[in-house]
Amino acid sequence: MKALLPIPSAPMFALVDCNSFFASCEQVFRPDLRNKPVIVLSNNDGCVVARSREAKALGIQSFAPYFKMRDLIERHQVAVFSSNFQLYGDLSQRVMEVLKTFSPNIEPYSIDEMFLSLTGLNQEHQTYGAKMRQAVWQQVRIAVGVGIAPTKTLTKVANKMAKTLPHCQGVCVLDTPAKWSWVLKRLPVTEIWGVAKRTAKRLEGLKISTAWDLATANPKQVRRHSNVCLERTIEELNGVSCLALEALPPAKKQIYCTRSFGNPTKNVEPILEAVSLYATRAAEKLRKQRHLASAMQVFIHTSPHKPNYRSASEVVQMLYPTDDTRTLIKTAKAVVEQRLYRQGFDYIKAGIGLLDLVDAKEYQPDLFTSGPTEESRFLMRALDRINRIQGRGCLFLAAQGTQKPWYMRQDHRSPQYTRRWQEIPRVSAW
Amino acid sequence: MIRLEAVPKSLVDWQLPLFASKVACGFPSPAEDYMDRPLDLNEYLIKHKAATYFCRVSGHSMEGQGIHDGDLLIVDRALEPRHGRVVVAAIAGEFTCKILDLHNHQLVAAHPDYKPIPIQEALDVIIEGVVTHSIRAHVCSS
Repeated sequence: MKALLPIPSAPMFALVDCNSFFASCEQVFRPDLRNKPVIVLSNNDGCVVARSREAKALGIQSFAPYFKMRDLIERHQVAVFSSNFQLYGDLSQRVMEVLKTFSPNIEPYSIDEMFLSLTGLNQEHQTYGAKMRQAVWQQVRIAVGVGIAPTKTLTKVANKMAKTLPHCQGVCVLDTPAKWSWVLKRLPVTEIWGVAKRTAKRLEGLKISTAWDLATANPKQVRRHSNVCLERTIEELNGVSCLALEALPPAKKQIYCTRSFGNPTKNVEPILEAVSLYATRAAEKLRKQRHLASAMQVFIHTSPHKPNYRSASEVVQMLYPTDDTRTLIKTAKAVVEQRLYRQGFDYIKAGIGLLDLVDAKEYQPDLFTSGPTEESRFLMRALDRINRIQGRGCLFLAAQGTQKPWYMRQDHRSPQYTRRWQEIPRVSAW
Repeated sequence: MIRLEAVPKSLVDWQLPLFASKVACGFPSPAEDYMDRPLDLNEYLIKHKAATYFCRVSGHSMEGQGIHDGDLLIVDRALEPRHGRVVVAAIAGEFTCKILDLHNHQLVAAHPDYKPIPIQEALDVIIEGVVTHSIRAHVCSS
Protein backbone atom coordinates (compact mmCIF):
# COMPACT_ATOMS: atom_id res chain seq x y z
CA MET A 1 0.00 0.00 0.00
CA LYS A 2 1.27 3.42 -0.89
CA ALA A 3 1.69 5.98 1.81
CA LEU A 4 -0.70 8.87 1.44
CA LEU A 5 1.51 11.35 3.21
CA PRO A 6 2.36 14.39 1.13
CA ILE A 7 5.94 14.76 0.01
CA PRO A 8 7.60 17.07 2.52
CA SER A 9 8.50 20.24 0.71
CA ALA A 10 11.88 21.91 0.95
CA PRO A 11 12.17 24.72 3.48
CA MET A 12 11.83 28.28 2.22
CA PHE A 13 12.01 31.45 4.30
CA ALA A 14 11.45 35.15 3.83
CA LEU A 15 13.06 37.91 5.83
CA VAL A 16 11.11 41.16 5.76
CA ASP A 17 13.05 44.16 7.01
CA CYS A 18 11.66 47.68 7.38
CA ASN A 19 13.79 50.38 5.75
CA SER A 20 15.19 52.93 8.25
CA PHE A 21 12.32 51.88 10.49
CA PHE A 22 12.16 54.66 13.10
CA ALA A 23 12.57 57.35 10.44
CA SER A 24 9.92 55.66 8.28
CA CYS A 25 7.52 55.60 11.25
CA GLU A 26 7.89 59.35 11.64
CA GLN A 27 6.83 59.77 7.98
CA VAL A 28 3.66 57.66 8.19
CA PHE A 29 1.45 60.46 9.49
CA ARG A 30 3.55 63.24 7.98
CA PRO A 31 3.21 62.89 4.20
CA ASP A 32 5.02 66.22 3.89
CA LEU A 33 8.16 64.48 5.19
CA ARG A 34 8.17 61.55 2.77
CA ASN A 35 11.24 61.65 0.51
CA LYS A 36 12.77 64.26 2.81
CA PRO A 37 15.72 63.95 5.22
CA VAL A 38 14.45 62.72 8.61
CA ILE A 39 16.48 61.62 11.64
CA VAL A 40 15.51 60.09 14.98
CA LEU A 41 17.52 60.67 18.15
CA SER A 42 18.30 58.21 20.92
CA ASN A 43 16.81 58.37 24.40
CA ASN A 44 17.49 61.76 25.86
CA ASP A 45 18.19 63.24 22.41
CA GLY A 46 21.82 62.14 22.61
CA CYS A 47 22.75 60.80 19.19
CA VAL A 48 21.30 59.88 15.82
CA VAL A 49 19.80 56.37 15.81
CA ALA A 50 17.85 56.36 12.55
CA ARG A 51 18.17 58.19 9.25
CA SER A 52 15.91 58.27 6.22
CA ARG A 53 17.57 57.55 2.87
CA GLU A 54 17.77 61.28 2.17
CA ALA A 55 19.42 61.95 5.55
CA LYS A 56 22.00 59.25 4.86
CA ALA A 57 22.73 60.88 1.51
CA LEU A 58 23.55 64.13 3.34
CA GLY A 59 26.33 62.30 5.14
CA ILE A 60 24.70 62.13 8.58
CA GLN A 61 26.35 59.19 10.31
CA SER A 62 24.61 56.66 12.48
CA PHE A 63 25.25 57.26 16.21
CA ALA A 64 26.69 60.70 15.50
CA PRO A 65 26.19 63.02 18.50
CA TYR A 66 23.24 65.31 17.83
CA PHE A 67 25.00 68.54 18.82
CA LYS A 68 27.77 67.89 16.28
CA MET A 69 25.21 67.55 13.50
CA ARG A 70 23.29 70.73 14.27
CA ASP A 71 24.84 72.86 11.49
CA LEU A 72 24.21 70.26 8.83
CA ILE A 73 20.69 69.72 10.12
CA GLU A 74 19.79 73.38 9.95
CA ARG A 75 21.39 73.94 6.57
CA HIS A 76 19.41 71.12 4.94
CA GLN A 77 16.25 71.49 7.01
CA VAL A 78 16.45 67.94 8.29
CA ALA A 79 13.38 66.94 10.32
CA VAL A 80 14.52 65.87 13.80
CA PHE A 81 12.55 63.59 16.14
CA SER A 82 13.07 62.24 19.65
CA SER A 83 12.39 58.51 19.81
CA ASN A 84 8.69 57.73 20.11
CA PHE A 85 8.81 54.05 20.98
CA GLN A 86 5.07 53.73 21.52
CA LEU A 87 4.52 54.75 17.90
CA TYR A 88 7.27 52.44 16.60
CA GLY A 89 5.96 49.51 18.63
CA ASP A 90 2.45 50.10 17.36
CA LEU A 91 3.50 50.30 13.71
CA SER A 92 5.76 47.25 14.08
CA GLN A 93 2.72 45.35 15.34
CA ARG A 94 0.74 46.49 12.30
CA VAL A 95 3.47 45.39 9.88
CA MET A 96 3.42 42.00 11.55
CA GLU A 97 -0.38 41.74 11.31
CA VAL A 98 -0.23 42.40 7.58
CA LEU A 99 2.56 39.84 7.08
CA LYS A 100 0.55 37.22 8.98
CA THR A 101 -1.83 37.13 6.02
CA PHE A 102 1.08 35.84 3.90
CA SER A 103 2.20 33.00 6.15
CA PRO A 104 0.81 31.36 9.26
CA ASN A 105 4.35 30.88 10.58
CA ILE A 106 6.03 34.11 11.43
CA GLU A 107 8.83 35.01 13.82
CA PRO A 108 9.37 38.61 14.87
CA TYR A 109 13.14 38.85 15.01
CA SER A 110 13.41 42.46 16.13
CA ILE A 111 11.19 45.53 16.11
CA ASP A 112 11.77 45.95 12.37
CA GLU A 113 12.59 42.45 11.08
CA MET A 114 10.35 39.43 10.66
CA PHE A 115 11.05 35.92 9.43
CA LEU A 116 8.25 34.11 7.59
CA SER A 117 8.17 30.46 6.68
CA LEU A 118 7.11 30.01 3.05
CA THR A 119 7.62 26.24 3.14
CA GLY A 120 4.93 24.41 1.19
CA LEU A 121 3.12 27.58 0.17
CA ASN A 122 3.62 26.85 -3.52
CA GLN A 123 3.90 30.49 -4.57
CA GLU A 124 6.11 32.09 -7.17
CA HIS A 125 8.63 33.68 -4.82
CA GLN A 126 9.42 36.90 -6.65
CA THR A 127 5.75 37.76 -7.10
CA TYR A 128 4.87 36.76 -3.55
CA GLY A 129 7.65 38.95 -2.17
CA ALA A 130 6.48 41.87 -4.29
CA LYS A 131 2.93 41.38 -2.97
CA MET A 132 4.15 41.48 0.65
CA ARG A 133 6.02 44.70 -0.01
CA GLN A 134 3.03 46.22 -1.73
CA ALA A 135 0.61 45.19 1.04
CA VAL A 136 2.76 46.55 3.86
CA TRP A 137 3.24 49.83 2.03
CA GLN A 138 -0.43 50.21 1.22
CA GLN A 139 -1.77 49.27 4.64
CA VAL A 140 0.87 50.68 6.98
CA ARG A 141 2.89 53.07 4.78
CA ILE A 142 6.18 51.49 5.80
CA ALA A 143 8.67 50.53 3.07
CA VAL A 144 10.18 47.07 3.48
CA GLY A 145 12.79 44.93 1.77
CA VAL A 146 12.14 41.20 1.24
CA GLY A 147 14.78 38.47 1.01
CA ILE A 148 13.68 34.93 0.12
CA ALA A 149 15.92 31.85 0.33
CA PRO A 150 15.95 28.25 1.62
CA THR A 151 17.83 29.12 4.85
CA LYS A 152 17.62 31.97 7.34
CA THR A 153 21.29 32.85 6.84
CA LEU A 154 20.72 33.15 3.08
CA THR A 155 17.56 35.25 3.56
CA LYS A 156 19.75 37.74 5.44
CA VAL A 157 22.03 37.90 2.39
CA ALA A 158 19.05 38.15 0.04
CA ASN A 159 17.54 40.95 2.13
CA LYS A 160 20.78 42.90 1.96
CA MET A 161 20.78 42.53 -1.82
CA ALA A 162 17.13 43.59 -2.03
CA LYS A 163 18.13 46.85 -0.40
CA THR A 164 21.39 47.51 -2.23
CA LEU A 165 20.78 46.33 -5.81
CA PRO A 166 18.40 48.83 -7.45
CA HIS A 167 17.09 46.40 -10.08
CA CYS A 168 15.84 44.08 -7.30
CA GLN A 169 13.13 46.64 -6.52
CA GLY A 170 13.12 45.62 -2.90
CA VAL A 171 12.71 41.87 -3.41
CA CYS A 172 15.59 39.44 -3.84
CA VAL A 173 15.11 35.70 -4.25
CA LEU A 174 18.10 33.36 -3.85
CA ASP A 175 16.45 30.00 -4.45
CA THR A 176 19.04 28.22 -6.60
CA PRO A 177 22.73 27.51 -5.91
CA ALA A 178 23.63 29.48 -9.04
CA LYS A 179 21.97 32.61 -7.66
CA TRP A 180 23.39 32.49 -4.17
CA SER A 181 26.90 31.55 -5.27
CA TRP A 182 26.95 34.62 -7.54
CA VAL A 183 26.12 36.83 -4.57
CA LEU A 184 28.32 35.07 -2.00
CA LYS A 185 31.38 35.46 -4.24
CA ARG A 186 30.92 39.22 -4.08
CA LEU A 187 30.23 39.52 -0.38
CA PRO A 188 32.86 39.90 2.36
CA VAL A 189 32.56 37.19 5.00
CA THR A 190 31.91 39.83 7.69
CA GLU A 191 28.56 40.55 6.04
CA ILE A 192 27.30 37.10 6.95
CA TRP A 193 24.88 36.68 9.84
CA GLY A 194 26.73 35.44 12.91
CA VAL A 195 30.26 36.15 11.67
CA ALA A 196 31.77 38.65 14.07
CA LYS A 197 34.77 40.81 13.24
CA ARG A 198 36.88 38.75 15.63
CA THR A 199 35.92 35.52 13.89
CA ALA A 200 36.67 37.11 10.52
CA LYS A 201 40.23 37.90 11.71
CA ARG A 202 40.78 34.24 12.53
CA LEU A 203 39.24 33.17 9.22
CA GLU A 204 41.72 35.40 7.41
CA GLY A 205 44.41 32.98 8.55
CA LEU A 206 42.54 30.25 6.67
CA LYS A 207 42.43 32.43 3.53
CA ILE A 208 38.68 32.92 3.95
CA SER A 209 37.70 36.44 3.00
CA THR A 210 34.51 36.24 0.93
CA ALA A 211 31.26 34.57 1.98
CA TRP A 212 31.83 32.10 -0.84
CA ASP A 213 35.23 31.12 0.65
CA LEU A 214 33.38 30.26 3.86
CA ALA A 215 30.61 28.37 2.07
CA THR A 216 33.18 26.18 0.31
CA ALA A 217 35.55 25.81 3.27
CA ASN A 218 36.21 22.50 4.96
CA PRO A 219 33.91 22.52 8.01
CA LYS A 220 36.33 20.42 10.06
CA GLN A 221 39.17 22.80 9.41
CA VAL A 222 37.01 25.80 10.26
CA ARG A 223 35.82 24.12 13.44
CA ARG A 224 39.31 24.02 14.84
CA HIS A 225 39.37 27.79 14.58
CA SER A 226 35.86 28.64 15.68
CA ASN A 227 32.74 27.08 17.11
CA VAL A 228 29.75 24.94 16.23
CA CYS A 229 27.71 27.95 15.17
CA LEU A 230 30.03 28.61 12.28
CA GLU A 231 29.67 25.04 11.05
CA ARG A 232 25.94 25.59 10.97
CA THR A 233 26.51 28.83 9.07
CA ILE A 234 28.47 26.91 6.41
CA GLU A 235 25.59 24.46 6.02
CA GLU A 236 23.12 27.32 5.78
CA LEU A 237 25.21 29.11 3.15
CA ASN A 238 24.92 25.96 1.07
CA GLY A 239 21.15 25.94 1.24
CA VAL A 240 20.80 23.38 4.06
CA SER A 241 18.41 24.82 6.63
CA CYS A 242 19.68 24.40 10.21
CA LEU A 243 17.89 27.25 11.92
CA ALA A 244 14.15 26.71 12.17
CA LEU A 245 11.62 29.42 12.87
CA GLU A 246 11.36 29.97 16.55
CA ALA A 247 7.71 30.56 17.22
CA LEU A 248 8.73 32.53 20.29
CA PRO A 249 12.01 34.34 20.68
CA PRO A 250 14.18 32.74 23.36
CA ALA A 251 13.66 34.21 26.79
CA LYS A 252 16.24 36.78 27.71
CA LYS A 253 18.96 35.62 30.06
CA GLN A 254 19.37 39.10 31.52
CA ILE A 255 17.07 42.07 31.70
CA TYR A 256 18.53 45.54 31.72
CA CYS A 257 16.75 48.81 32.22
CA THR A 258 18.90 51.90 32.01
CA ARG A 259 18.49 55.45 30.85
CA SER A 260 19.99 58.90 31.11
CA PHE A 261 18.32 61.58 33.19
CA GLY A 262 16.98 64.64 31.43
CA ASN A 263 19.05 66.84 33.74
CA PRO A 264 22.04 65.90 35.89
CA THR A 265 21.22 65.45 39.55
CA LYS A 266 23.33 65.94 42.68
CA ASN A 267 20.69 64.61 45.07
CA VAL A 268 19.97 61.02 45.93
CA GLU A 269 16.15 61.22 45.84
CA PRO A 270 15.72 61.46 42.05
CA ILE A 271 18.16 58.57 41.63
CA LEU A 272 16.17 56.46 44.05
CA GLU A 273 12.97 57.21 42.15
CA ALA A 274 14.64 56.41 38.85
CA VAL A 275 16.01 53.03 39.93
CA SER A 276 12.63 52.21 41.45
CA LEU A 277 10.96 52.83 38.10
CA TYR A 278 13.61 50.78 36.27
CA ALA A 279 13.17 47.96 38.78
CA THR A 280 9.40 48.12 38.16
CA ARG A 281 9.83 47.89 34.39
CA ALA A 282 12.40 45.12 34.63
CA ALA A 283 10.18 43.18 37.04
CA GLU A 284 7.25 43.46 34.60
CA LYS A 285 9.42 42.01 31.82
CA LEU A 286 10.68 39.32 34.18
CA ARG A 287 7.16 38.19 35.10
CA LYS A 288 6.07 38.31 31.47
CA GLN A 289 8.72 35.78 30.52
CA ARG A 290 7.98 33.82 33.72
CA HIS A 291 11.41 34.01 35.30
CA LEU A 292 12.81 34.84 38.71
CA ALA A 293 15.96 36.89 39.23
CA SER A 294 18.64 35.63 41.56
CA ALA A 295 20.92 38.65 41.36
CA MET A 296 20.73 42.32 40.56
CA GLN A 297 23.22 44.83 39.24
CA VAL A 298 22.73 48.51 40.04
CA PHE A 299 24.88 51.31 38.65
CA ILE A 300 25.04 55.09 38.51
CA HIS A 301 27.51 57.42 36.86
CA THR A 302 28.28 61.02 35.95
CA SER A 303 29.08 62.25 32.44
CA PRO A 304 32.29 60.67 31.16
CA HIS A 305 32.86 63.76 29.01
CA LYS A 306 33.11 66.09 31.99
CA PRO A 307 35.67 66.49 34.78
CA ASN A 308 35.01 64.91 38.15
CA TYR A 309 33.81 61.67 36.56
CA ARG A 310 32.46 59.04 38.89
CA SER A 311 30.97 55.68 38.18
CA ALA A 312 29.79 53.12 40.69
CA SER A 313 28.30 49.69 40.19
CA GLU A 314 27.43 46.79 42.43
CA VAL A 315 26.00 43.33 41.91
CA VAL A 316 24.04 41.86 44.79
CA GLN A 317 22.74 38.38 45.32
CA MET A 318 19.05 38.30 46.15
CA LEU A 319 18.05 36.45 49.31
CA TYR A 320 16.06 34.10 47.09
CA PRO A 321 15.07 34.21 43.39
CA THR A 322 12.15 36.59 43.08
CA ASP A 323 9.93 38.52 40.71
CA ASP A 324 8.33 40.70 43.36
CA THR A 325 8.52 44.37 42.41
CA ARG A 326 8.63 45.36 46.09
CA THR A 327 11.69 43.22 46.86
CA LEU A 328 13.47 44.37 43.72
CA ILE A 329 12.80 48.06 44.45
CA LYS A 330 13.90 47.67 48.07
CA THR A 331 17.14 46.02 46.96
CA ALA A 332 17.86 48.59 44.22
CA LYS A 333 17.28 51.50 46.61
CA ALA A 334 19.38 49.96 49.36
CA VAL A 335 22.28 49.46 46.94
CA VAL A 336 22.12 53.06 45.77
CA GLU A 337 21.85 54.50 49.27
CA GLN A 338 24.37 52.30 51.04
CA ARG A 339 26.93 51.47 48.37
CA LEU A 340 26.82 53.69 45.30
CA TYR A 341 25.77 57.23 46.07
CA ARG A 342 28.30 59.88 47.18
CA GLN A 343 27.55 63.54 47.54
CA GLY A 344 29.08 66.19 45.30
CA PHE A 345 28.68 64.63 41.86
CA ASP A 346 26.40 65.39 38.90
CA TYR A 347 24.86 62.02 38.11
CA ILE A 348 23.42 61.65 34.61
CA LYS A 349 22.58 57.98 34.35
CA ALA A 350 21.40 55.03 36.41
CA GLY A 351 20.43 51.52 35.57
CA ILE A 352 19.58 48.14 36.94
CA GLY A 353 20.06 44.66 35.56
CA LEU A 354 18.35 41.46 36.61
CA LEU A 355 20.79 38.59 36.31
CA ASP A 356 21.02 34.87 36.76
CA LEU A 357 17.40 34.29 35.78
CA VAL A 358 15.71 31.02 36.60
CA ASP A 359 12.52 29.57 35.22
CA ALA A 360 9.70 30.33 37.65
CA LYS A 361 8.13 26.93 36.99
CA GLU A 362 11.28 24.94 37.54
CA TYR A 363 12.34 26.78 40.66
CA GLN A 364 11.88 24.67 43.77
CA PRO A 365 12.41 26.42 47.07
CA ASP A 366 14.15 24.05 49.47
CA LEU A 367 14.24 23.89 53.24
CA PHE A 368 16.95 26.48 53.58
CA THR A 369 16.03 29.01 50.91
CA SER A 370 12.55 30.30 50.55
CA GLY A 371 10.95 31.60 47.38
CA PRO A 372 8.34 34.19 46.55
CA THR A 373 5.35 33.65 48.79
CA GLU A 374 1.90 32.80 47.52
CA GLU A 375 0.74 36.22 48.67
CA SER A 376 3.45 37.94 46.63
CA ARG A 377 2.57 35.96 43.50
CA PHE A 378 -1.10 36.92 43.71
CA LEU A 379 -0.31 40.56 44.43
CA MET A 380 2.05 40.81 41.44
CA ARG A 381 -0.44 39.06 39.18
CA ALA A 382 -3.11 41.56 40.22
CA LEU A 383 -0.72 44.48 39.69
CA ASP A 384 0.16 43.30 36.17
CA ARG A 385 -3.48 42.73 35.26
CA ILE A 386 -4.60 46.14 36.42
CA ASN A 387 -1.79 47.80 34.49
CA ARG A 388 -2.54 45.74 31.42
CA ILE A 389 -6.20 46.74 31.44
CA GLN A 390 -5.90 50.31 32.69
CA GLY A 391 -2.69 51.19 30.91
CA ARG A 392 0.89 50.98 32.04
CA GLY A 393 1.75 52.99 35.11
CA CYS A 394 -1.85 53.12 36.40
CA LEU A 395 -0.88 51.35 39.59
CA PHE A 396 2.66 51.70 40.92
CA LEU A 397 4.69 51.75 44.07
CA ALA A 398 5.08 55.19 45.62
CA ALA A 399 8.87 54.69 45.65
CA GLN A 400 8.93 55.66 41.96
CA GLY A 401 7.81 59.16 42.86
CA THR A 402 5.25 61.10 40.89
CA GLN A 403 7.19 64.16 39.75
CA LYS A 404 9.97 62.46 37.83
CA PRO A 405 12.25 65.48 37.47
CA TRP A 406 14.93 63.13 36.13
CA TYR A 407 12.74 61.88 33.29
CA MET A 408 14.46 61.83 29.94
CA ARG A 409 14.59 64.76 27.62
CA GLN A 410 12.40 64.46 24.54
CA ASP A 411 12.30 67.87 22.95
CA HIS A 412 11.27 66.66 19.51
CA ARG A 413 8.83 63.84 20.20
CA SER A 414 6.16 63.39 17.55
CA PRO A 415 2.49 63.16 18.59
CA GLN A 416 1.10 59.83 19.83
CA TYR A 417 -0.91 59.51 16.61
CA THR A 418 -2.22 56.07 17.51
CA ARG A 419 -2.30 56.29 21.30
CA ARG A 420 -3.98 59.51 22.43
CA TRP A 421 -7.25 60.99 21.25
CA GLN A 422 -5.91 64.52 21.58
CA GLU A 423 -2.99 63.69 19.31
CA ILE A 424 -4.61 61.80 16.39
CA PRO A 425 -3.78 63.15 12.91
CA ARG A 426 -5.71 66.12 11.55
CA VAL A 427 -7.45 65.91 8.20
CA SER A 428 -8.27 69.14 6.49
CA ALA A 429 -11.61 69.82 4.81
CA TRP A 430 -11.02 73.28 3.55
CA MET B 1 -13.93 24.57 52.04
CA ILE B 2 -14.38 23.16 48.58
CA ARG B 3 -12.38 24.78 45.88
CA LEU B 4 -14.31 25.35 42.72
CA GLU B 5 -11.76 23.61 40.51
CA ALA B 6 -12.10 20.51 42.63
CA VAL B 7 -15.83 20.15 42.00
CA PRO B 8 -16.58 17.52 39.35
CA LYS B 9 -17.76 19.08 36.11
CA SER B 10 -21.08 17.22 36.23
CA LEU B 11 -22.01 19.11 39.39
CA VAL B 12 -21.61 22.52 37.88
CA ASP B 13 -22.97 21.75 34.43
CA TRP B 14 -26.46 22.88 35.35
CA GLN B 15 -25.21 26.46 35.62
CA LEU B 16 -26.07 27.27 32.02
CA PRO B 17 -26.82 30.86 31.10
CA LEU B 18 -30.51 31.54 30.79
CA PHE B 19 -31.75 33.52 27.83
CA ALA B 20 -35.20 35.02 27.91
CA SER B 21 -35.76 34.80 24.21
CA LYS B 22 -38.09 32.51 22.34
CA VAL B 23 -36.60 29.65 20.45
CA ALA B 24 -37.23 30.37 16.81
CA CYS B 25 -37.86 27.50 14.47
CA GLY B 26 -36.12 28.02 11.19
CA PHE B 27 -34.09 31.15 10.71
CA PRO B 28 -31.46 31.77 13.39
CA SER B 29 -31.36 35.24 14.84
CA PRO B 30 -28.20 37.12 13.91
CA ALA B 31 -28.18 38.59 17.41
CA GLU B 32 -27.41 35.19 18.88
CA ASP B 33 -23.78 35.60 17.89
CA TYR B 34 -23.54 38.32 20.47
CA MET B 35 -25.35 36.48 23.23
CA ASP B 36 -22.45 36.00 25.53
CA ARG B 37 -20.51 39.21 25.08
CA PRO B 38 -21.31 42.89 24.99
CA LEU B 39 -21.52 44.74 21.70
CA ASP B 40 -18.10 45.88 20.62
CA LEU B 41 -17.85 49.09 18.62
CA ASN B 42 -14.33 48.24 17.48
CA GLU B 43 -15.62 45.09 15.91
CA TYR B 44 -18.47 46.99 14.24
CA LEU B 45 -16.37 49.87 12.92
CA ILE B 46 -13.03 48.26 12.10
CA LYS B 47 -12.59 45.55 9.51
CA HIS B 48 -8.82 45.76 8.99
CA LYS B 49 -7.23 46.46 12.35
CA ALA B 50 -3.65 46.82 11.12
CA ALA B 51 -4.64 49.25 8.36
CA THR B 52 -7.09 51.46 10.26
CA TYR B 53 -6.44 54.92 11.72
CA PHE B 54 -8.48 57.57 13.46
CA CYS B 55 -8.27 61.20 12.34
CA ARG B 56 -9.95 64.46 13.29
CA VAL B 57 -11.57 66.69 10.64
CA SER B 58 -11.13 70.42 10.51
CA GLY B 59 -13.12 72.44 7.98
CA HIS B 60 -16.51 72.49 6.31
CA SER B 61 -15.92 71.27 2.75
CA MET B 62 -17.42 67.82 3.39
CA GLU B 63 -20.67 68.92 5.01
CA GLY B 64 -22.67 67.66 2.01
CA GLN B 65 -21.57 64.17 3.04
CA GLY B 66 -22.52 64.75 6.68
CA ILE B 67 -18.89 65.21 7.73
CA HIS B 68 -18.53 68.27 9.95
CA ASP B 69 -15.75 70.23 11.55
CA GLY B 70 -14.40 68.27 14.56
CA ASP B 71 -15.80 64.89 13.52
CA LEU B 72 -13.79 61.73 13.99
CA LEU B 73 -12.94 59.79 10.84
CA ILE B 74 -12.17 56.09 10.65
CA VAL B 75 -9.79 55.54 7.76
CA ASP B 76 -9.04 52.12 6.29
CA ARG B 77 -5.94 51.81 4.13
CA ALA B 78 -6.68 48.25 3.08
CA LEU B 79 -9.82 49.16 1.11
CA GLU B 80 -9.63 49.93 -2.57
CA PRO B 81 -10.28 53.59 -3.36
CA ARG B 82 -13.23 53.22 -5.73
CA HIS B 83 -15.24 55.84 -7.58
CA GLY B 84 -17.54 57.75 -5.28
CA ARG B 85 -15.86 56.76 -2.02
CA VAL B 86 -14.91 59.32 0.58
CA VAL B 87 -11.14 59.23 0.90
CA VAL B 88 -8.27 60.84 2.74
CA ALA B 89 -5.69 62.05 0.24
CA ALA B 90 -2.28 63.57 0.80
CA ILE B 91 -2.35 66.71 -1.29
CA ALA B 92 0.99 68.49 -1.35
CA GLY B 93 1.91 66.80 1.92
CA GLU B 94 -1.32 67.48 3.80
CA PHE B 95 -4.08 65.00 4.72
CA THR B 96 -7.30 66.18 3.07
CA CYS B 97 -10.77 64.65 2.98
CA LYS B 98 -12.48 64.48 -0.44
CA ILE B 99 -14.78 62.37 -2.61
CA LEU B 100 -12.98 60.33 -5.27
CA ASP B 101 -14.31 60.97 -8.78
CA LEU B 102 -12.51 58.48 -10.97
CA HIS B 103 -14.66 59.24 -14.02
CA ASN B 104 -13.26 62.75 -14.24
CA HIS B 105 -9.98 61.98 -12.46
CA GLN B 106 -10.50 64.47 -9.72
CA LEU B 107 -11.12 64.88 -6.01
CA VAL B 108 -14.30 66.75 -5.23
CA ALA B 109 -15.58 68.43 -2.10
CA ALA B 110 -19.12 68.05 -0.79
CA HIS B 111 -19.72 71.79 -0.68
CA PRO B 112 -20.43 74.25 -3.53
CA ASP B 113 -17.76 76.71 -2.40
CA TYR B 114 -14.86 74.34 -3.05
CA LYS B 115 -13.47 73.55 -6.49
CA PRO B 116 -12.53 70.01 -7.57
CA ILE B 117 -8.83 69.14 -7.56
CA PRO B 118 -7.56 67.23 -10.60
CA ILE B 119 -5.56 64.06 -9.88
CA GLN B 120 -2.44 64.27 -11.97
CA GLU B 121 0.85 62.53 -11.46
CA ALA B 122 2.60 65.87 -11.26
CA LEU B 123 0.28 67.37 -8.66
CA ASP B 124 1.55 65.35 -5.72
CA VAL B 125 -1.76 63.71 -4.86
CA ILE B 126 -1.70 60.33 -3.11
CA ILE B 127 -4.80 58.49 -1.92
CA GLU B 128 -4.02 57.54 1.68
CA GLY B 129 -7.09 55.56 2.65
CA VAL B 130 -10.84 55.15 2.46
CA VAL B 131 -13.09 56.79 5.07
CA THR B 132 -15.37 54.04 6.33
CA HIS B 133 -17.21 55.95 9.06
CA SER B 134 -17.43 59.41 10.52
CA ILE B 135 -18.37 59.89 14.14
CA ARG B 136 -19.96 63.04 15.46
CA ALA B 137 -20.38 64.00 19.08
CA HIS B 138 -23.81 65.45 19.90
CA VAL B 139 -22.90 66.21 23.47
CA CYS B 140 -19.88 68.30 24.31
CA SER B 141 -17.38 66.01 25.98
CA SER B 142 -15.90 68.79 28.11
